[in-house]
Parts: sequence; structure tokens; C-alpha cells
Amino acid sequence: MSMIKDLHVTRRAVLKGAGALVVTISVPVSAARTPARAKGGAGVKPPLKPDELDSFVKIAEDGRVTAYFGKMDMGQGVDVAIGQIVAEELDVPFERVTVVMGDTAHTVDQGGGSGSTGIQRGGVPLRNAAAEARRILLELAAIRLKTPARYLTVADGVIAVTGEAARKVSYSELIGGHYFNVKLVWNKKMGNRLVSTGKAKPKKPEQYKVVGTSAPRNDIAGKVFGTSDFITDITVPGMLHGRTVRPPKAGAAPVGVDESSIKHIPGARVVHEGDFLGVVATKEWDAVKAAETLKVAWSKVAPPFPDQKDLYDHIRRTPTLKAKLKAKDTGDVDRAFKGAAKIIEAEYEWPFQSHASMGPACAIVEAKDGEATVWTGSQKPHSTAEGVAKILKLKKDQVRGIWVMGPGSYGRNDAGDGAMDAAILSKAVGRPVRIQGMRHEGTGWDPKAPASIHKVRGGFDAEGNVIAYHFHSKAFDRQNVRSRESHPSHTLAGQLTGYALKPRKIFRTPNESYRFPNKRMGWEIIPPLLERASPLRTSHFRDPLGPQVHFASESFIDEMALAVGADPVEFRLKYIKKRIDARVVKAVAEKVGWKPRVGPANKPGGTGTVTGRGIAYAQRNGAVLAIVAEVEVDRKTGRVWPRKFTIAHECGLIVNPDGLRRCIEGNIVMATSRMLWEEVMFDNDRVTSVDWETYPILESMEAPEEIDIVLIDRPNIAPKGAGEPSTRPVAGAIANAFFDATGVRLRRAPYTPERVKAALG
Amino acid sequence: MAERISLNVNGVSHDLEVDPDMPLLYALRNDLGLSNPHFGCGLAQCGACTVHMNGEAIRSCVTPVSAAKGARITTLAGLGTPEKPHPMQQALIDEQAPQCGYCMNGWIMTAAAFLEKNRRPSDGQIRKALAGLKCRCGTHMGIIRAVKRAAKAMG
Ligand code: FES
Ligand code: FES
Repeated sequence: MSMIKDLHVTRRAVLKGAGALVVTISVPVSAARTPARAKGGAGVKPPLKPDELDSFVKIAEDGRVTAYFGKMDMGQGVDVAIGQIVAEELDVPFERVTVVMGDTAHTVDQGGGSGSTGIQRGGVPLRNAAAEARRILLELAAIRLKTPARYLTVADGVIAVTGEAARKVSYSELIGGHYFNVKLVWNKKMGNRLVSTGKAKPKKPEQYKVVGTSAPRNDIAGKVFGTSDFITDITVPGMLHGRTVRPPKAGAAPVGVDESSIKHIPGARVVHEGDFLGVVATKEWDAVKAAETLKVAWSKVAPPFPDQKDLYDHIRRTPTLKAKLKAKDTGDVDRAFKGAAKIIEAEYEWPFQSHASMGPACAIVEAKDGEATVWTGSQKPHSTAEGVAKILKLKKDQVRGIWVMGPGSYGRNDAGDGAMDAAILSKAVGRPVRIQGMRHEGTGWDPKAPASIHKVRGGFDAEGNVIAYHFHSKAFDRQNVRSRESHPSHTLAGQLTGYALKPRKIFRTPNESYRFPNKRMGWEIIPPLLERASPLRTSHFRDPLGPQVHFASESFIDEMALAVGADPVEFRLKYIKKRIDARVVKAVAEKVGWKPRVGPANKPGGTGTVTGRGIAYAQRNGAVLAIVAEVEVDRKTGRVWPRKFTIAHECGLIVNPDGLRRCIEGNIVMATSRMLWEEVMFDNDRVTSVDWETYPILESMEAPEEIDIVLIDRPNIAPKGAGEPSTRPVAGAIANAFFDATGVRLRRAPYTPERVKAALG
Repeated sequence: MAERISLNVNGVSHDLEVDPDMPLLYALRNDLGLSNPHFGCGLAQCGACTVHMNGEAIRSCVTPVSAAKGARITTLAGLGTPEKPHPMQQALIDEQAPQCGYCMNGWIMTAAAFLEKNRRPSDGQIRKALAGLKCRCGTHMGIIRAVKRAAKAMG
């Protein structure tokens, strides 16, 4: 296992600029420009201030460019796109740019991986800083070449007098290894909303040469040859291995711990703090055995969970904790329903789902001498470091967070919990501690996507026009624990050591542009089943609530179309208000050669395999998606196989088309898995989905045969996120295709073979 | 308790003092520093820990280290290198298939063993050979394309 030496410098050394990370010594660009900075001999290390150009872009002595990115790539190539954007604005070859991300000592907090905003928001300060750097370099070149900047041309990081190629100076000659010492205008916001702007105007899309090309990822070789490290591969000198011990019944606390029960395991030790219980050992296998062997007496607690079969009834009958009944409200919905010639109504149900990352959480924390370093796979390492600081009672700047690629993350998985576990263990034993969960923790104890029910009503006039629409969700909180682990309250270890739950109490409504004259969308949430350290605590999971609400809303659009004898595509186009949305729907319909139809292709009843086709559409933060699913349903076995998806995808300017295609494929496959397979099971005492047998996900046999992607590039529209949006309409499209194939409307997800068989009766 | 066990991994033999019941995965990762096989489930349900034992793809998370005595173990690093990539590794690069990549060891090792036996697999045979492997990022489409590409390259 490789030791990450250069990562393992102490936080203090980094802050003093004396550690291994310091590459070169900064000397003033011009005496006037850099009065103070050169004095202390500070290295070329980003100052970490959002109003400094040097926080985002560095040009080294050899002319290589480093971009310091305060968001994250979780394996979809966001960093490649950021490198393209920086290369574009600076006029250097893409290969010359290195993107540094995920280290709190090197990047300002741009919010980490969050809401598919890596390019949409995260790219903006980088683009502005790179453009500003180019402007400054031109200014410096003008002095050096004694020629006004307007007579200069930039190519490949070399500035030359236009038409006189011999009179030139390179970026590295101008500034290599030095600070720019140039201020940016910063909007005083941190995280996702951080914007910093220079005087330079970024390029216009028609000038783009690097943006819009399919630059390849640079992390793939390391992943297929096994030469790059994952978080699980990091070792730190003196490190012990830790494991947590979770209660057999949710909510139970350890009341008696028999330390002698692990006496025979070399070096094994118990850490018991508050209600947090864990073990450490020198060897990993010994830690695993110790956690399994340790004898613990647990407190008696009332069973916290209802019967699984009553989950949706529980949601229905539980008094509301918070509601926003008219989150969106146009016209007079109540009156319109009263006057309607026809009303239809339906209710849809969606279960708890687990993030279930490919590997359970892993983290290493070294807490010593009033400082700490945390190595984490969390997509929000700045937040992780902040949370670790709080649980260790340190100041934020006393903890350094270093991200290392972990087993995929699509929102708030268990990584943040793991970091807190490791922090408690490290502090207790005074050594660096590496923790890795077991599978039952990764699935059974990670934060869950909330279960929900969605009630939808549609009212029509005598001519069959929709005159009233009401979409209402009742559900568990969208963020019972926050999507960032920046406070112990949002983690298991925090809750077990005395930090009370701080729920966000929020849900969401569908995102579309149907123009119904009287339209209301709202929600209400109910209290969690267990307040403290619940294995069913809810948080963000890829496209939070997108799959569930659009499963309901887009299924119901088809139900309304049928009620008035309309074709699903034609019906959508009749009501979609935004022109671009209509264009996207038309694009997908055209691509599949959609044949207008009213009602399902097949009638209920009968055996054998049937096929069907369904459409769904949605928006997400400016992105617009329309997807057609073609499914095969084996009525005997209940197997639903989406043979083919065709998607039209619009997200503004496309930075990297191939990267975008692969990102969309991943979204669609994962969303298919959630729609067909995924349901967290529980009994009255515990979550019983604890591995891949009890929480199955899609496998190769069930993967589609084809995913056909129509990209709609709009170069003049700023790029929107793409990391999640295409997740959103998949469930609805499958549901509508299933109805087309079978004539049966199934309103409860997931469409597992058993459920399908039961529904087809 | 601890026992002396000698392992032959990627053509090199190593002597270890280990608990014979410990899964091979931990011996490879922690005692030999070969971190290619990953812990995903420890239950033979995902494939992340796959290595070859005498040419067969096996799950090292449930294989006691004692069972590997005298066997020929190959890990991802022994399968191919950046200088001499295995066709499956090259195909995944060409297809730009992995996302987080945590699962890739399992897909590569399983596909490589499969392609040794079947050089001209059908789509259905590929899917069946890869059944049981997990990829949470949902890169199945790219992986299946890569296996087809690798099969072609291997002729
Ligand atoms: S870790 Fe061995 S199969 Fe999952
Ligand atoms: S690439 Fe992330 S789990 Fe497969």
C-alpha cells in the first residue's frame, strides 16, 4: 500500500509554507506589485482567499498551469471540464493544465460536489481567474516587448507581437513560479454560491477551441492499472485500524461493554464515548474480529419502526411536522376543481433507498497536538474538515481535509459519518486511525433517500382541457441530516455523542413547465421514525427527490392524457410552456419515430412477453430532459427490462460531449436500478437491507441494450449541471412504458419481479 | 493462531505470519501492500476483491489465506501494466468507461478470465459472465462495450 508522503505533511507546515508542498519561492513580479508577499518567502501555494487570483490559478516555472478547484469530481470528469475551461481562457494547451481539488489546504471552499454544480457554478471563478490571468500576462508582455497589448497575440502560452513571431515571451518567463498578486472582486459568499470576477472578459463561445471538445479523462489509466490510490489505500505512519460497533436494534445504546471478550485479540482496544462504540487494533483483520467478537449489553428500546407493509399508511396517517401546501400556486385551484366536468386522481409511492456506495465508508484521521488531518472520500471535504474540527473541539483552520477518490458518491453517503467515527477513535487512542465500514454499515446504516407518497389530481372542462392540477407529496424529510457533514449533528457519531438532530424539514415539487391555468404544488413532511442515530435518517441521494416526484408527476401526465383520449407526446406539447422544453420533447419523439397512440398497446391479462414505450420529461436547475423508454415485460416472471432508452438532453453549452454522454449513461443506469430494484427493507427493530442480496441493484443482465443520446448544444447559454438531471425522468418513462406494455398502471416503486407479478395478477 | 504461509503472487513468493482463516484480501492488501483488490462487501456479492487463482477469477474476500497456499495468484497489477496493458485494461481506457473506478478491479479480472475461455463471446454470454458484479456508478454500458472491444483485440 502506498504511503502518500507528500500528502502527509502536517497542517502547520502547510500553513507556514514550510512543508513538502512548497514548490518554489515566490519573488515579486514587479516590486510595485508584490510588496508584502515575497518577504516571508511564502511558497507558490494558493492564498486560499476568494478575492485573490492566486487562489485559483498558478503558472509554474516550466509553464505548467495549476487550477485550484474547490469543488469535486466524483468520477464523471468534472475536473477535465474545468481544465478545459482554464486552458481555453489562458490559451494554453489542455495537457498543460493540472487541476488540484479536494484539499482544504489548497483550494478555497467552493462547496465540494453538490447539486451538479461542478461546472455550472464551480467553473465560473476558475474561468474568470484564468481570463484575468491572461489579461495580466498580456499587460506584462506589453511592457517586456515594448508593444501595446492590442498588437500582441497569444498561442500556447506564448505571447508574441502580431506578425513578428520572433518577438515573443512565454508565460513562464513572465510569471513562472511567482504570484500574480492581483485582486478579484468576490461576492463574499462561500461554497456553491462563491463568485469571483476579474477585470477581464472571458471569451465568447464562438472563440472556443478547447471547450466543446472531448478531452479524455486523466484518472482512468490509474484506475484500470490499479496504480492510483483510493481512500482505502492510504496509510499513515503509526496508524491503527478501527471499526465501529452498531447496535442490533436501532436506537439501542451500549450499557455494558465486556472488554475482556476481546482480550485474546492482539492490540485490540475498546473506545466507548457517549453512546458511540468502536474498537481499534494494529491489524485490520484484528479490528474486524474485535468488532464482531466484542460482548455488549444494549439498552432496551421500543421498536422504532412500523411494519414495512404499513410504511405508506404510516406516512398517510402521521400528523404533519411541516407543510408547504402551496409551494407553487397559480389561479384558483379549489374553484377550478369545483367547476370541473371530470376529475381524476391517483396516488404514487416510493420507498426509502440506500446510497449503498460500492464500498462502505473509509476515512483516516490523525488528531494530535491540537490539530488534525482527515483523509476522506467525501464529496465535500471542506465540510468534512469543518465537522471533524467541531467534534474534536478544534477551530476550523486547525483541521486539514484531504480528499482521495473513494467508492463513488452521489450526494450524502456514509463517508461523512466515517470521518467522524475516525476522529473520535483517533482522539481517544492518540494515534492516527483508519476506519472502514463493513458492508452492513454501508447499506444498513448510511443516510437514506426518503420514502414518500404523492397524490395528484387533475380536473378537466367539458372539452377535455386541463383546468385544474394539484400535486401533493407527503413524505419523510428531504434532509433529516444535512447533505454536508459540517456539523456533528449530521452524523451518527455526532448524534451518539450528544449532538441533537437538526433537521432541515424540507421537500420539493416537480420541475416542469406545464401551463395549467389553475395549478398547485405542495408538500408536507412527517417526523423521523427515530430521532437519534437512525439507520433510516434521510438525506440527499443523486438528484434528491427527483426520481420520486417525477415518477409520480410524469406517470400522472400520461394518466391525464389517457383520460381525455390524447397521445402522451401530443398532450405534453399542448401544455408545455417553455419553448426549449418543447424542443427537447420533440427531439426525443423524433429520434424514436414516436407513433401517436391513445391508451396502451396491450390489454391487461394474458401471458408471455410484451413490449411498450413511454415518455417522460423534466427540468432540473436549467437542464431539460426528455426520455423515451422501451421496455420488455415478461408477464410470467415479472421481469421488466428496459431494452432501450433514448434521451434528448439540453444543458446549455456543452464543455465535453463525450464526458457528458458517459455521465448521462451512468445516470440512466442508476435511475433504472432505483426504479426496478431498490427498496430498503426493515423490520420493527432494524434495517434488514444490509448487503447486495437484501438490497439488490441492477446488474449486467438487466442493463439496457442501448442508450441513445441526443445532445442539444446551446453554446450561448451558460453550462448547466449534468451530473444528476438525467436521473430524473427515467422512472416516469419506465412506468409509462410498462403501462403501454401491460395495460396496468403500477403506482408503487420499485417494479421488482414480485411486485410486477402481483400487479399483473 | 498465526501460521507461516507462503504465497505466490504475480510470480513472486512471499512468506507471511498470519491467521490462516484471515481472508486472502487482507493478506494481499495489508501484508503485501497489493491494494488492487478492494473491499466492497466481504460477502462474495460484488466482485471488487477479485484476483486470479491458477487462472480462475475468485473472490479474495471469502477465500481464507490458507486456501491460497501453493496456488498461483495474480492481481490486477500482475495482469497488465501501463507499458504492457491487458486488452481489457486498454479497452476500458479507450471506452473511458470507469467513473469512480472502485469496482473496476472486479470487472477487469472477471472479464479477463472469461475472455481467456471465450474469445468470441456474444452479448448475452458477456452479460452472463459478468453477472453478480456490481457497479454503483452505473457504468455497465461502457464496460460491456469494453469487453467486446477487448474480445476483438484478443482475436
Ligand atoms: S468484496 Fe469480495 S465480493 Fe465483494
Ligand atoms: S465506477 Fe464507481 S462503482 Fe463502478
